[in-house]
Amino acid sequence: MDFLRPASWQEALAAKAEHPTAVPIAGGTDVMVEINFDHRRPEYLIDLGRIGDLYEWEVGEDSVRLGASVPYTQIMENLRSELPGLALASHTVASPQIRNRGGVGGNLGTASPAGDAHPALLAAGAEVEVESVRGSRRIPIDDFYTGVKRNALAADELIRAVHIKKADGPQQYSKVGTRNAMVIAVCAFGLALHPETRTVRTGIGSAAPTPVRARTAEEFLDAALDEGGFWDNGKIITPSVAKQFADLCAAACNPIDDVRGTASYRRHAVGVMARRTLTWTWESYRGARRTTEGAA
Amino acid sequence: MRVNFTVNGRPQEADDVWEGESLLYVLRERLGLPGSKNACEQGECGSCTVRLDGVPVCSCLVAAGQVEGREVVTVEGLADFAKQRSCGTGTGAGACAGHTDATPDSAPQGVSLDEAKAWAARPQDSHTGEGAQLSPVQQAFIDAGAVQCGFCTPGLLVAADEMLERNPDPTDADIREALSGNLCRCTGYEKIMDAVRLAAARQGEAV
Ligand SMILES: Cc1cc2nc3c(=O)[nH]c(=O)nc-3n(C[C@H](O)[C@H](O)[C@H](O)COP(=O)(O)OP(=O)(O)OC[C@H]3O[C@@H](n4cnc5c(N)ncnc54)[C@H](O)[C@@H]3O)c2cc1C
Ligand code: FES
Ligand code: FES
Repeated sequence: MDFLRPASWQEALAAKAEHPTAVPIAGGTDVMVEINFDHRRPEYLIDLGRIGDLYEWEVGEDSVRLGASVPYTQIMENLRSELPGLALASHTVASPQIRNRGGVGGNLGTASPAGDAHPALLAAGAEVEVESVRGSRRIPIDDFYTGVKRNALAADELIRAVHIKKADGPQQYSKVGTRNAMVIAVCAFGLALHPETRTVRTGIGSAAPTPVRARTAEEFLDAALDEGGFWDNGKIITPSVAKQFADLCAAACNPIDDVRGTASYRRHAVGVMARRTLTWTWESYRGARRTTEGAA
Repeated sequence: MRVNFTVNGRPQEADDVWEGESLLYVLRERLGLPGSKNACEQGECGSCTVRLDGVPVCSCLVAAGQVEGREVVTVEGLADFAKQRSCGTGTGAGACAGHTDATPDSAPQGVSLDEAKAWAARPQDSHTGEGAQLSPVQQAFIDAGAVQCGFCTPGLLVAADEMLERNPDPTDADIREALSGNLCRCTGYEKIMDAVRLAAARQGEAV
């Protein structure tokens, strides 16, 4: 095995181009488990830890450019208001020690259906900035997950950053597991209200071969909120609408039975989380409306 | 490969390191510092917790090559680290004076490998106070009876010490959260909670 230590992003891209099978290592919280247990013996490891740019973030007008290696701890502490869904999801990852090392780039690299960043990214809306010596491109998050633990990266590409839409409304993240810390999701659900476009976006984790959005449920809710004038009148969402939304989210799942839970439990739990996160986010949307109206 | 890094304030060099090796393995097997424990090698138990550039991490999940040029503090250096900290912030003038007496100016700071290997939980000579010293959080663990088999203890000490540095007046929820990456199979955690509360209370009195 060779341990490559590129000092710059350009050097890292060159190394990846020269050795396409080389395994990048960022926080190492996925890679090192595989090496410790002999599940993986890559010929080359590329340490990304020396590339400062990957640990930085920039808050822009409409989006946040989040460097691939920014640890979850930093996201929780510094980006709570811009990226509330991702900050909540980050807080559910493993333990403080793991959150101090692991980040979204590694989560996307592994592309596990159980990765906690994915539902939050799907719900917020995001693009993955990837690069190789051939050039740079942005992959919409909806096209990024291509199969179980597979993503849209080419062999010579590295993830440089993720561009995530800044929240324009309340966001929530909910996760089912056996305890509060150190738990891989049985299933998870992310929801983001986008009052500016009067749309709702979702993300489901651990309930299909890849992280997915519940598109039919989103379309149904967008139409129902629009027809009832809910965005303007700020009324409580009709229980029948919330129930239909929850059922459609459950129907968007394509889960399996495994050691962490059965398929039917996952479907049920996703429905419950969909209804709850809708209630929570809608309540906070109504609360924010009241305050702005009161001030006006 | 060769890895150069700082351990407990002193520069160290590890040779013949395999490229896929973990920091935990380097500490235990190459540098002879068995304080950091190996219980799961998959980030689940926290018994291998060390500070890497100040941040608590599972050393079993850090590749050895990633620590080149960086600073690591292990449980063996915790007492010295805590002492330096209290001197640095100027809150423990008494302790600093003691330190200067015991350490000639020319002596390098930090803890050498030999000192670290000889470390034991109790001072060898209670009259002179020579031998191993304890950090406040270590003393609190002993006083509160928070150690049973002791396998989880080094990781808990490093994690708890870092939390108290950041958050000198933690709530119970803060303590639970900070220690949520450290498993203990013996104590049921209550005495560990007691120990951290005790360390926080003593730290508060000392200021
Ligand atoms: C005990 C434990 C508990 C965990 N709990 C959770 C949990 O609750 N939720 C969760 O989502 N995850 C969990 N994980 C998994 C892991 O922590 C996350 O997936 C984390 O986001 C990985 O980030 P990393 O930087 O450590 O990745 P690494 O291990 O460094 O890399 C992961 C993968 O991504 C690739 N990669 C990394 N950076 C790049 C890049 N810039 N470009 C291209 N490829 C790249 C690597 O080659 C590798 O294939 C857990 C892991 C452990 C050990
Ligand atoms: S040995 Fe590293 S976390 Fe268990
Ligand atoms: S004292 Fe035995 S594992 Fe904690």
